[in-house]
Amino acid sequence: MVIVAAIFMVAGLFVFAIATIGFLRFPDFYTRMHATAKGDTLGTLFFVIGLALYYLHHGFCWLGLVQGIKLILIAVFWLLASPTATHALLRSAFESDLSPWTKDGKAIIEWPPKRRDK
Amino acid sequence: MGFIVTFLILLVFWIFISGQLDWWHLSWGVLSCALIAYISHDLLFKDIRSKGKVKEVINFIKYIPWLLYQIIRANIHIAYLVLHPKMPQLIDPHIIKFKTKLKKELALVTFANSITLTPGTITVLIEDGYFYVHAIDKIVAEALPGEMENRIYVLYMEE
Amino acid sequence: MERFFLASALALCVIILLSLYRGVFGPTVFDRIIGAGFIGTKTIILLVLMGFIYERIDMFIDLALAYSILNFIGTLIISKYFIRKGAK
Repeated sequence: MVIVAAIFMVAGLFVFAIATIGFLRFPDFYTRMHATAKGDTLGTLFFVIGLALYYLHHGFCWLGLVQGIKLILIAVFWLLASPTATHALLRSAFESDLSPWTKDGKAIIEWPPKRRDK
Repeated sequence: MGFIVTFLILLVFWIFISGQLDWWHLSWGVLSCALIAYISHDLLFKDIRSKGKVKEVINFIKYIPWLLYQIIRANIHIAYLVLHPKMPQLIDPHIIKFKTKLKKELALVTFANSITLTPGTITVLIEDGYFYVHAIDKIVAEALPGEMENRIYVLYMEE
Repeated sequence: MERFFLASALALCVIILLSLYRGVFGPTVFDRIIGAGFIGTKTIILLVLMGFIYERIDMFIDLALAYSILNFIGTLIISKYFIRKGAK
C-alpha cells in the first residue's frame, strides 16, 4: 500500500514538473494555460489519491475515514474549480483583446470550415 | 423539495467536515444547515423535476471514468509537446468558433469543463450557443465537437 | 516515509520557485495571475504534506480545504476585475 501511495505521489510530482516546464516554455498566454489547466488537475488528483492511500494504511477507523473523505473532497473540488478558474481567466483575457500567438495571423477560425460562407 | 435535498446534502457535508458526532456539534449543524438551505435552496437546483433526475446522476457517474481517461490522455499529450525540443514548430494554435446543439445550462457547463480537460483544447468563451475554443494544433481541432458533445447530449437527455 | 514526504515537499518548493519566474516577469498581467493560481495549487498540496510531516493531519486538511476555496475565489475575482482594463 505504501509503495502504491509513493508511486502515485511521484507521478503527481512528475505531472507538476511537466506543467511548470510547459508554463515556462510555451510562447504565449493561451498556450501556457493549456499546460497549467491540465497539469494542475491531474497532479492534484494523483497527489491526493496517494496521500489518502497512505492514510488508510494506518488502520481503518472513523476519524481516518473522515480525513480520507476530506482529502478526496479537496481533489473533487479542485477537479471542478480548476477548469472554471481557467475558463474565467481565459474569458477575461479574450474580452480585453489579448490576441493569441498564431503562425498564419488568423486568430479566430470558424468550424466546420464549410459553413463560413453563410 | 429543493429545500429538503439541499438541507440533506449540507448536513452530510457538515458531518464529514466536523467529524464529531455528539449532540452539541450536530445541533449546531442542523441549525446552520437549515438557515443556509432556507436562504439559498433555489441556487443549487434550478429546475425541480423529480423524474429523470436520478437517471441523470447515474449517467453522470458513468461519464466520470471516461473523463478521467481523457484527463490522463491530455497530460500525456501535453508532456509530449512540452518535452519535445522543437516545440514551437510543432504547435499551431488557433481559436476555433463552432455552434453547439446543447441548450441546458448544466450541459453547457459540463461540456465546457470537459473541453478544458481533454487533450489540446481549452474553452475560452460561450456566447449565444457558440463555443470559442483554443486548440493547440489542427489535429485536435478536427476532433471537435464530436464524440464528447454526443455523450453529453445523451447524458442530459435533451430532446 | 517521513524522508519521502520531506523530499517531495522540497521538490514542490523548487517547482514553486520555477513558476514564480512567470509570476514576477510574466509579460502580461494574466500570466502573473496564472502564476499566482499555479503557486496556490502547489501550496494546497504542501499544506497537506506538512500535516503528514507534523502528524497533525486533521488541522492541516481543514487549512488546505479553506485555502483551496480561497484560491479559487481569488482567481475568479481577479480575473473579473481585469476585464477591459487593457491586456498589458
